[in-house]
Amino acid sequence: MVDKSLELFECGHRACGGCGAALAARLAMKGAGTNTIVVNSTGCMEVFSTPYPETAWKVPWIHSLFENASAVASGVEASLKKQRRGEKVVIMAGDGATFDIGMICISGAFERGHDFTYICYDNEAYMNTGIQRSGATPYDASTTTSPAGKCSFGNKRPKKDMPQIIAAHGAPYVATASIAYPADLMQKVERAVNTKGPCYVQVHAPCCTGWGFEGEQTLAIAKLAVETGLWINYEMVDGKVSKVKKVVKKPVEEYLKTQKRFRHLFKPARQDAEIAAIQAMADRNFEKYGIEIKLKKE
Amino acid sequence: MMKITEGSHAVAEIVAFCRPQVVSAYPITPQTHIVEALAEMVADCKLDAEYITVENELSALSACIGASAAGSRVYSATTSQGLALMYEACFNAAGMRLPIIMSIANRAMGAPLSIWNDQQDSISLRDSGWLQFYAEDNQEATDLHVIAYKVAEDHSVLLPAMVCFDGFILSHTYEPVDMLSQEDVDKYLPKFNPYEKLDAADPISFGMYATPDYYHEFRYEIDNAVKRAGGVIKKAGKEFGTMFGRDYSSMTEEYRMEDADTAIVAMGSVCGTIKDAIDEMRASGKKVGLVRIRVFRPFPSGDIAKALSKAKRVAVLDKNISLGAKGATAIEVKDAMYGKATPILNYIIGLGGRDVRKRDIAAIVALAEKGEGDMFYGLRKEVL
Repeated sequence: MVDKSLELFECGHRACGGCGAALAARLAMKGAGTNTIVVNSTGCMEVFSTPYPETAWKVPWIHSLFENASAVASGVEASLKKQRRGEKVVIMAGDGATFDIGMICISGAFERGHDFTYICYDNEAYMNTGIQRSGATPYDASTTTSPAGKCSFGNKRPKKDMPQIIAAHGAPYVATASIAYPADLMQKVERAVNTKGPCYVQVHAPCCTGWGFEGEQTLAIAKLAVETGLWINYEMVDGKVSKVKKVVKKPVEEYLKTQKRFRHLFKPARQDAEIAAIQAMADRNFEKYGIEIKLKKE
Repeated sequence: MMKITEGSHAVAEIVAFCRPQVVSAYPITPQTHIVEALAEMVADCKLDAEYITVENELSALSACIGASAAGSRVYSATTSQGLALMYEACFNAAGMRLPIIMSIANRAMGAPLSIWNDQQDSISLRDSGWLQFYAEDNQEATDLHVIAYKVAEDHSVLLPAMVCFDGFILSHTYEPVDMLSQEDVDKYLPKFNPYEKLDAADPISFGMYATPDYYHEFRYEIDNAVKRAGGVIKKAGKEFGTMFGRDYSSMTEEYRMEDADTAIVAMGSVCGTIKDAIDEMRASGKKVGLVRIRVFRPFPSGDIAKALSKAKRVAVLDKNISLGAKGATAIEVKDAMYGKATPILNYIIGLGGRDVRKRDIAAIVALAEKGEGDMFYGLRKEVL
C-alpha cells in the first residue's frame, strides 16, 4: 500500500480554481506513490504545473511532445529495466493527446507490452488551446470548433470508446474513474501501477473554464455524469469488465443543464429530440453495464 | 583489425562496441541493414541492450529521448522520410540536452519518392541543435560514431549528434575497414555518465515550458553548447588519432590545397571521387584542391576561411538545395568568406542518387574557371 497522505503533486500551480485535471493529477499521484517517474504530454497540465523554473511535481517528471508520451515512456521503461531500477512509469496525458494525436504511439507502446500506467485525464476537449473538440468530446457539446449554431447542435459524434480500444491491445488492466470518487480513483491507479504490463486509467475530469460552470461545482458535476450514466466507472481485467459503479439513475438533463456547453439544448428553445438522443445513449450504458440501482417503492 | 565489410555492418558493429543500453529504430531504406544487424546481435546475446521495435521513426527518437533522460546510452538510425518524421523530436532532444547518437544513411526527400542518395534529409535539420558529422568513406563512418558518443556525452556539450554517411554509396558498399576492437572502444569511450537523469531518489523536471522571460536564454545556451562542441570534437579527434593512428583533430580536411587556384568545397562520399579527379587535373597542370567538410554543425567557418584564403576561386558542391536560395554549404561558405573578393560558385550535384563522376568534377572546375556557377549541374535538358 502506498502512503496516500503524501502530496506528490503540490499546490501553487497555475490551474484554474476548480480544475478537475489538477485534482486528477493530485489523486493519481497519491495512488502511484513516490517511486514513480511521470511522463507528461503537452497540454494544460504540463503548462500549468511546470512554468520554468517552478514545478508542482515532487517525483521525476519529463515532458517531450504532444503526441509521443507513450513512446517516451517506452524508452524510460526500457532504460530502467536495463539499469535494473525499480521506479514505476506513469503517463499523464489529456484526452486530445490520447484519443487523437497520440493514438499511433499509444497503439505501438501497448502492443509492445511495456510496463507502464497510462492515465488519461479526460476533460473532453482541447482546453489548453481554447476548447476545441477532440475525439473525447461528447455528442452535442458546443466547443470552439464544434460550435452550436443555427444549423448545428454542436459536436456531431459521440465520444470514442478509448478504453475498449486499449483493451483490444491486450492490456491486462483498464479502468475508468472520476474525480468525484477519489478513493476509487486512487485505488485504480495503485492497482494499475502494480499490475505488470501496460495499463490504462481514464479519469473524468470536468473543466470549469471549457464546459462553462463555476469552479465550486466541479465535483458535483463529475458526480452527476456518473449518476446519469454518461460516464461509467468500471474496471476491465484481461479484457473482461469486472467492477462497475452502480448508481440510482438520474435523467441526463440534470447533468446537461449545469454546463454552458449544452446550453443550446435548453435555450432559446428546448431541443427535446436532442435531449432524448443523449438520454438514449445513457440508457444504453445503463443496460450494457447493468449499473442501475432500483429503489423500492415505499 | 582490417576487414572487408559492408558500410552498414561496420557501423552496426562499432555501435555495438559503444555499448548502447537502449536501441530504438524503425526500418527504412537504406538504413535497414544497420538495425537488422543490431537486432541479430541482441538476439544472439552479443549486444546487451534493450531493443525497442517502435511503430514509426517519431517514436524511435521519442523512446531514445525517454531512455536517455532516464540515464541510458542510446542509439537510433534513420534516413530521409524517417528523419523528417522525427523533425519535432529532433529539436526536443537538443533542447533537453540529451546526448543521443543517430546514424543517418543520407537519402533524398520526396516528392517525388526517391530512395537514393543526397544529403537533403540531414541538411534540412541543420538548425535543430544536433551536431552533424559527414563521412567520406566507411572507415570514417565507423570511427565517427565512437567520437560522436565521446563528444555528445561530454558535460560541456550534452547534445545529440547525427553521424551521416551517404545512403547506398557507403551504406551498401563493401570496403576494407580497420575495425576497432571492444577493448579499443572501451579504452577510448568512458561509461555513460549522465549529467542529470530521471531518478526517484532525486526528482527533477525535464522539458518544462518557458515563458518569454526564459526561452531566449535557453536557445542562447544551446547555441553556445553547439559552438563549444567544436573544441571538444578537435580534442576527441586528436585523442582518437593518438590511440588508433587515424587523426580526426580537424573538422575539415584539406587535399592538395597548398597552391590551389581552384578550391572545391564538398562533403561526404563524393570527396573520394573529387580527390581522384584532382589528381588527374593536377597531372595535366591544373592547380585544384579540395576542402572537405567533415563537421557541418558546428560549422567550421574559421577553418574554412583559412583554408580558402589563397584560392582564386571556390566551387562549392552541394548534394542538397535550399529551394529558392542555394545549397546549404554554399550559403555557409559565403558567410565564412564574407568581406573577401574570392568568387564563390555553387553547383548542385547528385540529387536523388544521380551519379557524380570524375569527368563531372573536371567539368565543374572548367565552369568555375569561366566564372559560371550557381547552377544545377548536369541537368538533362531533354526531360525538362
